Amino acid sequence: MRPARAAVRWRPRARAGMLIGALCGLLGFALAVQVRSTQGSALESARQEDLVRILDDLSAREDRLRGEIADQQSAQAEISSGSNRSGAALQQARKRADELGVLAGTVAVHGPGVVITLREGSQRLTADLLLDALEELRGAGAEAVSFAGDGINGRSPEVRVGASTWFADRGGGVAVDGTSLTAPYKITAIGDGPTITAALNIPGGVNDTVRQAGGSVQAEQRGDVTITSLRPLKRPQYARPVK
Amino acid sequence: MIAAAALILGLVIGLVLQPTVPLALQPYLPIAVVAALDAVFGGLRANLDGIFDDRVFVISFVSNVLVAAMIVFLGDQLGVGGQLSTGVVVVLGIRIFGNVAAIRRHLFRA
Repeated sequence: MRPARAAVRWRPRARAGMLIGALCGLLGFALAVQVRSTQGSALESARQEDLVRILDDLSAREDRLRGEIADQQSAQAEISSGSNRSGAALQQARKRADELGVLAGTVAVHGPGVVITLREGSQRLTADLLLDALEELRGAGAEAVSFAGDGINGRSPEVRVGASTWFADRGGGVAVDGTSLTAPYKITAIGDGPTITAALNIPGGVNDTVRQAGGSVQAEQRGDVTITSLRPLKRPQYARPVK
Repeated sequence: MIAAAALILGLVIGLVLQPTVPLALQPYLPIAVVAALDAVFGGLRANLDGIFDDRVFVISFVSNVLVAAMIVFLGDQLGVGGQLSTGVVVVLGIRIFGNVAAIRRHLFRA
């Protein structure tokens, strides 16, 4: 009787224990699974609506950033094309300024040319003669010319020749643009050496005239001569460019 | 003893197998786990109080899990799933704390 009763009492208890064990096992299993799935990524365990919200946020942000990128790219294109254009314009303007500076005598220049020395003989070398010589040089294509001579105080001033250069007889010498020079005169001309030399030597030209006056002309062609004297830039008082 | 052994066994199996949680169960599993933990701590306390009952434990365990899952489900349907989940976790956390405090008093008389 007793064993039977014990068996009857034991079986439900055992079943309940099994059930409790199963539940606890299930809990442990679920715990482990949940912990593992949470450890992966925050998004993996996020709820669907949260994910949708996150996705919305991200796509809105992406749209905004894409718009920003497009803006920046167009700005960049604008700036680079603008800088190209202004860079080209600047280069053009610099080149033009250089050319005009050579013409106006406001920049130092160097290049192949001729150095001419005019020595005075029995007669004076007049301003007319120097002007003729300058015209001859210009006719021969000299691009930059300077006149130098013995100065008054033993210095040797040099005058860059420009469009408004003038010559006048003054004392024992010649005034070029107001600077008094005396013989011997040294003329530096940048241009084609043979052409200039030939121009000086034409009959009735500078060479002949100076020789007739008892002086001498010495023309020396050089591969590279430098003219460092400059003309002051005069602001035009009356003339204005036509727009 | 059986319960503790089964718990550890379940943990080991879960760690070894590393199954992925089915998508449908994903919102409910964490709440269900917390609810089950509450039931287990309640059972432990009852055991120490000497009033542990198999039937009560099993029913409270299952009903805890089901009610927790149901609340989350209801919250999802109402659009307040996140807040309700938080509420459930808070309530269960308080209960667990209470149970653990009782267990502590039993074990350490403090």
